[in-house]
Amino acid sequence: MEHIPPSEIPHSRHRRVRPKSSVQFDDKVIFHDDNGNLIYVNDPIKTNEKYEFAGNEIRTSRYTLLNFLPKNLFIQFHRVAYLYFLAIAALNQLPPLAVFGRTVSLFPLLFVLCVTAFKDAYEDWRRHRSDSHENNRQSLVLQSAQFRPKRWKNIQAGDVVKILADEMIPADIVLLGTSDQSGVAYIQTMNLDGESNLKTRYAKQETTSLVLPDACAVSGVITCEPPNRNIYEFTANMELNGHKFPLNQSNIVLRGCVLKNTEWIIGVVVYAGQQTKAMLNSAASPSKRSKLESYMNRETFWLSVFLFIMCAVVALGMGLWLVRHKDQLDTLPYYRKTYVTNGPDNGKHYRYYGIPMETFFSFLSSIIVFQIMIPISLYITMELVRLGQSYFMIGDRDMYDANSGTRFQCRSLNINEDLGQIRYVFSDKTGTLTENKMQFKRASVHGKNYGSSLLIAGNNTAAADSGKQIWKLKSEIPVDSELVALLQKDSNRDERITAHEFFLTLAACNTVIPIICSSTFPSCGKGESNKNIECIDYQGESPDEQALVSAASAYGYTLFERTSGNIVIDVNGEKLRLDVLGLHEFDSVRKRMSVVIRFPDNVVKVLVKGADTSMFSILAHGEESNNGIWQETQSHLNEYSLQGLRTLVIASRDLSDSELEEWQSMYEDASTSLTDRSAKLRQIAALIECKLKLLGATAIEDRLQEGVPEAIESLRQAGIKVWVLTGDKQETAISIGLSCKLLSVDMQQIVINGTSEVECSNLLADAKAKYGVRSSSRGHQNPKCETDSKHGGPDIHNGTKSLSMPKWNPGKEEGTTAQLALIIDGTSLVYILEKELQSELFDLATSCRVVLCCRVAPLQKAGIVDLIKSRTDDLTLAIGDGANDVSMIQMADVGVGICGQEGRQAVMASDFAMGQFQFLKKLLLVHGHWNYQRIGYLVLYNFYRNAVFVLMLFWYISCTAFSTTSALTDWSSVLYSVIYTSIPTVIVGVLDKDLSHRTLLQYPKLYGAGHRHEAYNMQLFWITMLDTLWQSLVLFYIPVFTYKDSTLDIWSMGSLWTISVVILVNVHLAMDINQWALVNHVAVWGSIVITYGCVVILDSIPVFPNYGTIYHLARSPTYWMTILFIIILALLPRFFCKAVCQIFYPSDIQIAREAETKSKQHDDLRSKLPISN
Amino acid sequence: MDIKDEESAPSSKKASKKPIYTQFSQQDLPAWKPILTPGWVIATFSVVGILYIPIGLLTLFASESVEEAIFRYDDRCLPPSYAHNANSYIQSDDTNKTCTIKWTVEHEMEAPIYIYYQLDNYYQNHRRYVKSRNDMQLRNKAAEGDLGNCFPEDKTTDTNQPIVPCGLIAWSLFNDTYRFLTSNKDLTVNKKNIAWGSDQRSKFGSNVYPKNFQSRDLIGGAKLNESIPLSQQEDLIVWMRSAALPTFRKLYGKIETDLEMNDEIEIVIENNYNTYLFGGRKRLVFSTTTLIGGKNPFVGTAYLIVGGLSLFCAITFILLYVIKPRPLGDPSYLSWNRNPGGIK
Repeated sequence: MEHIPPSEIPHSRHRRVRPKSSVQFDDKVIFHDDNGNLIYVNDPIKTNEKYEFAGNEIRTSRYTLLNFLPKNLFIQFHRVAYLYFLAIAALNQLPPLAVFGRTVSLFPLLFVLCVTAFKDAYEDWRRHRSDSHENNRQSLVLQSAQFRPKRWKNIQAGDVVKILADEMIPADIVLLGTSDQSGVAYIQTMNLDGESNLKTRYAKQETTSLVLPDACAVSGVITCEPPNRNIYEFTANMELNGHKFPLNQSNIVLRGCVLKNTEWIIGVVVYAGQQTKAMLNSAASPSKRSKLESYMNRETFWLSVFLFIMCAVVALGMGLWLVRHKDQLDTLPYYRKTYVTNGPDNGKHYRYYGIPMETFFSFLSSIIVFQIMIPISLYITMELVRLGQSYFMIGDRDMYDANSGTRFQCRSLNINEDLGQIRYVFSDKTGTLTENKMQFKRASVHGKNYGSSLLIAGNNTAAADSGKQIWKLKSEIPVDSELVALLQKDSNRDERITAHEFFLTLAACNTVIPIICSSTFPSCGKGESNKNIECIDYQGESPDEQALVSAASAYGYTLFERTSGNIVIDVNGEKLRLDVLGLHEFDSVRKRMSVVIRFPDNVVKVLVKGADTSMFSILAHGEESNNGIWQETQSHLNEYSLQGLRTLVIASRDLSDSELEEWQSMYEDASTSLTDRSAKLRQIAALIECKLKLLGATAIEDRLQEGVPEAIESLRQAGIKVWVLTGDKQETAISIGLSCKLLSVDMQQIVINGTSEVECSNLLADAKAKYGVRSSSRGHQNPKCETDSKHGGPDIHNGTKSLSMPKWNPGKEEGTTAQLALIIDGTSLVYILEKELQSELFDLATSCRVVLCCRVAPLQKAGIVDLIKSRTDDLTLAIGDGANDVSMIQMADVGVGICGQEGRQAVMASDFAMGQFQFLKKLLLVHGHWNYQRIGYLVLYNFYRNAVFVLMLFWYISCTAFSTTSALTDWSSVLYSVIYTSIPTVIVGVLDKDLSHRTLLQYPKLYGAGHRHEAYNMQLFWITMLDTLWQSLVLFYIPVFTYKDSTLDIWSMGSLWTISVVILVNVHLAMDINQWALVNHVAVWGSIVITYGCVVILDSIPVFPNYGTIYHLARSPTYWMTILFIIILALLPRFFCKAVCQIFYPSDIQIAREAETKSKQHDDLRSKLPISN
Repeated sequence: MDIKDEESAPSSKKASKKPIYTQFSQQDLPAWKPILTPGWVIATFSVVGILYIPIGLLTLFASESVEEAIFRYDDRCLPPSYAHNANSYIQSDDTNKTCTIKWTVEHEMEAPIYIYYQLDNYYQNHRRYVKSRNDMQLRNKAAEGDLGNCFPEDKTTDTNQPIVPCGLIAWSLFNDTYRFLTSNKDLTVNKKNIAWGSDQRSKFGSNVYPKNFQSRDLIGGAKLNESIPLSQQEDLIVWMRSAALPTFRKLYGKIETDLEMNDEIEIVIENNYNTYLFGGRKRLVFSTTTLIGGKNPFVGTAYLIVGGLSLFCAITFILLYVIKPRPLGDPSYLSWNRNPGGIK
């Protein structure tokens, strides 16, 4: 979030309007009646008879006891994996295809369904419990003229409810009256948007008088818009005794909020239950899919091609075999297609449907046998693994933010591995790189610069005279003594008046709420009497405003009371009560905010603060002396922004009676309008925001967060390009860039700040020519073609990359050309992003080391992310903390939210959330790397594990006259991927790590492994498949040759194969495990033991034809020798290649691993030495 | 405001929310991190080589010590007049199926000598065949009506009585028989304990007797004595352990006397079983046995080859490593240090 933007966060819409007289509405405004909801205050029966309003009972649970089974099944079968399982199981039920026993074939599906159903049921049970807890809470509801407790679930729209301090709000309620005479109520919206500061809501002046603590005489009609999920907007009208007046966002309190600092409120329920905004908002954010998963799907396609080929071969073989033996089939002892009897059945075919059909059935049944070739279970495994990974990310102590007490959050469970391949990081500045703890630093008042020498005033100078009220701020603010002296001077010079008005504006032109802590402060020190000291805390939505108000207080202008129509400011001990006639909020179009104030002496002034670009154009022109001040102020502004400070310009103007009247009537019209209210208000604002008198400018410092420069440096070394997108001014952005080491002094800065399309195009072309940036011509002329070719595979992709690599690769020391930095502003981006210049910008930007975009609007941020995302295959990450970053966060492949000061919209939209920017370093370099390596290996291993099994079955089928017999027992076939080999996969996917986090942080360049797709790519896939082919051949042929011409029966052979393949894949996994903790041993060797256990159990059940097999086999030494031989021979080529690669062509990771082990040995030695001494 | 509050509040939060340190949650478990050093590689290959060559030699030696004699008789026992009409010869009830083969023992064979029949091109592993049995019926008299999977050999045609044992496997029971004569004296063949004990005990019921077996019109093979329970019908039990591969042996019996060199043995074969239909061959096999089973040089040879290969690899790695050594974990080998030009 930048500069002032309470604006852009929509949630700061307070309109403190207190119409002096109810304005009669024209019909235009009431049109809404037709499609709006009608609420009869205190008449729930009438309210609900016409409309089908929902009761206040909420249900977050999905199921009831009755519908659980059908509904849960329905939801589960939305997943492709389950449909595949179901289709296979259904195929198997057809009599000619019954490859597996009927129950056995259903087992995997039932297993998964049961596990998921159990999980869902448990979650739903917990939801039921919390629902019933919620529904049975009680609130005071006006029933027969008395407030009596009523359960929440029985509250209806139209009910009048009374809520006491610190109670939860049961439904969306329009305020009718509060304990405060002026109708103010404070609420905390933590449950809605996570913000802990207090917000003010107001009861309408018309109704407050009708409300007493124990009664409510209001009986009007409220017309409000139909329920919607926008928690920052509410438009309605209320008709009371013939008057109509508008209701807006500031008059409604929403379900889930908590009443604070207010004794009681009374209000009428407008939306209840499921229609409340809180309930309408409880929807999940859209899910993203990881890059690796999309590659994986491409390879899955190849696997299905293999599957098809294998099935076709089996079907063809079957067909040919049948044709060759056509004449014998009737009596062939092992086929017998015909009944040969004297009876009526003679000559009838038995389960034989002709050669073409048999061929077709054979195709189908081989799909059943080879079903696990498509690793559907992999998707389920991956979910489990990602769950485990996120457990570790959440639990990482290095990513815990002690200041805010927040842990890392994984909000999306689908893209953990993308964190290991990020190439571009788009970062917001304020609140992300900086702390967003604003401090008032400098001021330019009347063209004079203050604040270069600041003193932390031990006590506010204003308090020097005893007896005056002393306001103690939460934090101490250093003040400029010269400025203080000026304010204390009793003169009528322009300078003094300007300064006075300047600070008055700071104190008045804002939406900050002062909270006075009534408890006196005993340890104030300095021996002063305590009674006059009250501490004050400012709650507001914009940290900038808080800083300004605090600063004003430090200079003696303390805002200490705010009601719906008044503010009270303590000016050096003198209480000044000001009427707020109207307020134009900050918005991103005007970039300024103004209040219309009536002073006690009936002078009406408009006080404005805003961004310099928007302010200078509306200042009053003319006077000579003004021009001098203008220039001075402007130069001060430049100076401030060079220091990385955030600036605002302050101005004011007196309003004449006629102007006031004109404005007032239009303002009231507009602010009660139900349509386009904000646009209308904006137009009216222009009426008074003109011909202003410049008062001065403020500069606020936003400190860099801890560890930001180091984190950026590490990310850059890792080959990640960090782009900063900020709403700040160019100068501010550059200075922050310098201070966080994003920019360095020796960089060539390319600045693009054109104001027309032609100008931008020229600037881009010049820059490209000057620094010799090559167009990635293919991308330029035919971007589609390029992306297509890139989708072909990471290899090609790497090829194109290396073209542009030397230019930006941070590892490269370029002697000839200096490193480039591109600075571009929002106005130019308007022209560039919408026009054909996009690719020009892309070429330029990708060849620069740093890109800084300043003055960008939220949607432009998303546009820039899209610029990279649509033109490259590289993964993008957006990190931000404010509502203006939401679009960027959603657009990027990975969105990271900072749980900062500016609310939680960014966090709500993000995939991951954390407390500080510097955690990004560990998140990407360590967790990202691990997750990527783990998932990459997991996918390849799963492909291998399933394919080796299927291929083994395939070879055997060629020995059974292509009749799709499986030597393995049905149960073993089914349990293979469910029990025999699944646990180590998950354990390795969650726990294995190639390098320690110390090494990964020490050598950020190791992150390049993810950029180069080292853990998962097309080449690796094909190598794995070749290895799989070899291993399956060994698995099949070694037993076949060993037991050639022997008495070995089919179940013994199957048992041998079961055990061999399980041991083989587990040893294969063991060979690739990087670190062996106890749990790895348990999982890997345990799986083998479990497999033996299962085989023994299956062979101990006499009704199975395989009864007793394992007991018989285990006695034969040949059996054991065969297994041993299969394992060694199958893994020999893999081991050999691995050894050659690791010893002679080591990867970076390998070397780092070795270095790690070596240094550990050194440490061990060193630690032993003192003992030996 | 009060500084105390500010400090105490986050610290209490810290206590509640900061992830607790455990070696597990911080992924810092003590672990063995093996790396593939040249030492490891060479050691692995050497161990495999050193282990495999002796095993291979032993196995090969054992396999060589097995004496084996094989007689193919499906062709020999076919009268030349039926050479082109083998099917009608074997199906006819009238033809003389007895045939005699003379065998001079070439090497001394020590008892027990196992007698196998070997069939090939016989797909006992065909899906239609493997499934054509009912294991409930075989072990339990009460379940004799349990005929699932037994089509088309499930019930008698006329009376609809269940066939015990049902199914194609039992129906196609092998029915060639052999007699062995030395100097006109019968050589006793022990046909007891040729089946797995476990099958006899628990799989084939001792109270289940054959019923209506081979009573239908198409006779598939041997008939069973209806007074002997299935658990004693060892030929059937052996046959019903379907073979894994289309060429297989089944144990016929054991000769429990030694055969001396140059013993003259007359083999009398009743050639009943029809393999002519599908061109299957029939063989009779005599074999002694060792610890590793019958004669099969494959295992030994394979072990020898792999062992040799491993040793070769070990030597190659030693040589390669001498020629082109690389210090372990030397950061100067990292890609960005090696060629500062680019990543690859």
